[in-house]
Amino acid sequence: MELTNSILLAVILINFFTLGSARLGACVRIVAVQGALLALLPIMVHGVTLHSTLLAAGAFCFKGVIIPWMLLRAIQRVRIRREMEPIVGFVPTLILGTLTTAGTFLFADFLPLISAHHEGLYVPTALATIFSGFLLLITRRKAITLVLGYLILENGIFIFGVLLSEALPLMVETGVLLDLLVGVFVMGIVMDQISREFSTLNTERLSALKE
Amino acid sequence: MLGSLVLHLVLLLVFAPLWLGIIIKAKALFGGRVGAPLLQPYYDLARLWRKGFVFSRTTTWVFLAGPVVGLLVPLLASLLIPFGGIDAPVSFEGDLILFVYLFALARFFTVASALDTGSSFEGMGAAREVTFSCLAEPTVLFALLVLARLADGLSLNQLFGDHLGQAWQGGAGASLGLILVCLFVVLLVENSRIPFDDPTTHLELTMVHEVMALDHSGPLLGMILYGAALKMMVMSALLVRLAVPWQTGWWLTDAGLFLAGLVGVSLLVGIIESTMARLRMPRIPQVLIGTSLLSIFALVLVLR
Amino acid sequence: MLVFLIVFPLIIALCSLVIPWYQVRSWLLPIVSAVHLLLSGMLVLGRFPVTGDWIGLDALSQLVLVVTSVLFFGCAVYAVGYLDLRRDRGNQTMVPCLLIFLAVMTLAIAARHLGLLWVAVEATTIASAPLIYFNRNRLSIEATWKYLMICSVGIALAMLGILFIAYAALGGGTPVSLQFDTLLAQAPQLSKPWLHAGFVFLLVGFGTKMGLAPLHSWKPDAYGEAPGMIGALLAGGLTSVAFLGVLRGVQLMAAAGDGGMARQALLGMGLLSLALAAVFMVRQPDIKRLLAYSSVEHMGLLAIGVGIGGVAAFAAMLHLVNNALTKGCLFLAAGNVQRAYTSKNLAEVRGAIGALPVSGTLFLAAFLAITGSPPFGPFLSEFTMLRGIFGGEHYVIGMLVLVLLAMVFIGMGATVLTSTQGAPSATTAGFRDRWLLCISPLGFILLVLILGLYIPEPLREALQRAADLLEVHP
Repeated sequence: MELTNSILLAVILINFFTLGSARLGACVRIVAVQGALLALLPIMVHGVTLHSTLLAAGAFCFKGVIIPWMLLRAIQRVRIRREMEPIVGFVPTLILGTLTTAGTFLFADFLPLISAHHEGLYVPTALATIFSGFLLLITRRKAITLVLGYLILENGIFIFGVLLSEALPLMVETGVLLDLLVGVFVMGIVMDQISREFSTLNTERLSALKE
Repeated sequence: MLGSLVLHLVLLLVFAPLWLGIIIKAKALFGGRVGAPLLQPYYDLARLWRKGFVFSRTTTWVFLAGPVVGLLVPLLASLLIPFGGIDAPVSFEGDLILFVYLFALARFFTVASALDTGSSFEGMGAAREVTFSCLAEPTVLFALLVLARLADGLSLNQLFGDHLGQAWQGGAGASLGLILVCLFVVLLVENSRIPFDDPTTHLELTMVHEVMALDHSGPLLGMILYGAALKMMVMSALLVRLAVPWQTGWWLTDAGLFLAGLVGVSLLVGIIESTMARLRMPRIPQVLIGTSLLSIFALVLVLR
Repeated sequence: MLVFLIVFPLIIALCSLVIPWYQVRSWLLPIVSAVHLLLSGMLVLGRFPVTGDWIGLDALSQLVLVVTSVLFFGCAVYAVGYLDLRRDRGNQTMVPCLLIFLAVMTLAIAARHLGLLWVAVEATTIASAPLIYFNRNRLSIEATWKYLMICSVGIALAMLGILFIAYAALGGGTPVSLQFDTLLAQAPQLSKPWLHAGFVFLLVGFGTKMGLAPLHSWKPDAYGEAPGMIGALLAGGLTSVAFLGVLRGVQLMAAAGDGGMARQALLGMGLLSLALAAVFMVRQPDIKRLLAYSSVEHMGLLAIGVGIGGVAAFAAMLHLVNNALTKGCLFLAAGNVQRAYTSKNLAEVRGAIGALPVSGTLFLAAFLAITGSPPFGPFLSEFTMLRGIFGGEHYVIGMLVLVLLAMVFIGMGATVLTSTQGAPSATTAGFRDRWLLCISPLGFILLVLILGLYIPEPLREALQRAADLLEVHP
């Protein structure tokens, strides 16, 4: 229980770090760490069963290794290091992130959770992580940070999903992870094309299509 | 009462410069050098004390008050906090506010004495010092609030009582971990250590704290250095108590444990100074806001 | 059998990667989709057992399966002609992606497990992204990026909704399963707050994919920049699949006894979609973006139909068929017009009927059909829907829908009539109507015409069964 809470706390701290940091490489690596930490959760919750072990291994490979590796390669190819000039500054997003996180922790007490989940940090952490992902998606311009936001959002959903793994058979979990992997892969290809066409990864340049 | 008072002061006055020595030694070892002896800060203080006073004609008594208050405040503050398992000699409800603002008082006099010289460099350093400490203050207060919530009391003795041991194992471990990190950052900022400030830098433009002491020399500089060492020990003492909240019951082992903890903190500072580069000036407020937010978050965790 | 229907296009997609001949690869599309159409026809007519824990067909999914299959077949035939024209772009990506798209759409339609449904719908997003990017220019990159990001995030929210529903089972003290029949059976015991939250997130997630306002912002971009036939597949097929996802949520809410809330939500979003689309269609100079807004409008109509219920729900089912087929014709004809003028802007496209007698006429006819003019199918379904609305004594909503439909007619008419009538402006030399590019839209519009004149009894029964699934507690 203590270890689980520490992992979840580390997940939240990683959210904060990503919200407050401009260095893309560090952000990708830290999100990789987050993915790897999350991979431990199924084993923590359900013990060592076939299902939880396979899920943990899959999550570790995809979220902790392969996807970050693809993103790091994307960063190297387009030679960008920093998120310059986000739409909302780093400190305000960090403050917003903390406020929403604190909010989810207070809010989670009012949720009609089953008694086994009342004490743990699972549900508030999942919600806080989802909100952090959203914040990144809203406040950043670089395509790669947006993908990171999407990844964090998915991580948050994963935390919630761990509580319900009897509802999600292994086949579905595999499908979800595969979808995530292929999705990020396709996003990577599109990012590559964006940087080739526009010689930048700033998505604000993608504004030709409007009414 | 008197015994513990004496013990407190003796521990503080005797050991304070040692931690600086350990930091310097750790940095030297990381750099592959033998480095100065551990007791070098003591020799430095003795050397400075033997020199004469030099006062600029433009300065007033304020110039003298800065180092004196800077030396007295850590002594007073040390009486309010427990040193490891040794309880604080002076304790009353709400002394945590006094503790925080005693340091503010010292800062006021240091800044005033820096401004008293009329040097533009010292004014710049004073401005930076005040800015950063303003930003560090919320972190300290929120961290103390977390502890107050856990202890159900408002004196530092209660805050750092032996209930912390259970708190670490119970549900509050996460919060305690967070505020430990936050307080450590505050320790680095307040004592002008890398990555926030570099005590050994030689370029006035990049200095924060050191630039304020440029015009002090001789015994006055010695008092500033000694005061800084005392301040560092007082703040480290809080960290040590927070991280190692167990006591043996016999004052000698308690003191030993406490000193060992301080060695650990000094080594940690030394390692950080050897492995990290200085942060750019604009990043420092961001980091401090980050720690404030973390400590708010820790407070939320214990409030729920 | 159903498994074969899903796996077979996937296998062919793999094969198409190694086939070196361009034309053969193109022709794989119509062949596969003909087999797909044949098999789904047989499945729907009850030649094979179609129930299972993971995949199966009920009345709703039968309907969507047939519609999607017909639409895909038409588009596949068109694709042969289209890819022949676009040899510069190649078909090494297009053909496998289209086949995978078909497979995962079928999977999404047949899924009886909410998790599987989610996986399949997310896979449709990924499979269709390269299709939107077919033209490889700045605008299509932008469209693809927006489509990918918005839909992925939207679908992620749908996953959260599904998890909430699972949590509702946990909170209700029932065995936790996302198998749809199990869920329906134990729906009354589900914990209400979690179920409601789950439905809202499902609606947001699949609503994004479907293009309900205010989550439609990717739609004009993606439909505008994708090739015509991809637009047709997205607007007719994918939206129907996403709508099926929303309907699953409605079914669940109805089974739990909270159908009213679900209907209210759908009604609100439907009206908003209709209103927003109507506003943006007036003076819209871009033909394909116009069609995209038309798609938003019709998704709104579907939502309103289900939201009202009763006769209107039946009409919504009919409208699902009509909308898919008409959109197919519209997008394919618009694609031809765009190729002829190398533009889709009203400033350059004039007198399309003069330049392209067949495609231009088809475009005009499909416009008349989609805006609900008799004697085409959408007229019948929209009329039935209005009858349902007024019959249910929702006079304000009825009047609102009527006014907005009139606005859409005028807005869309202004653009379509200007582009088709009058003297032709300069066209690209050498582009003429050819039978491969015209046969499919012609077929679609004929089907729509037939549906407008006469609905065969088996189809009526199928529609009624589908609509009943949304109404009656199982």
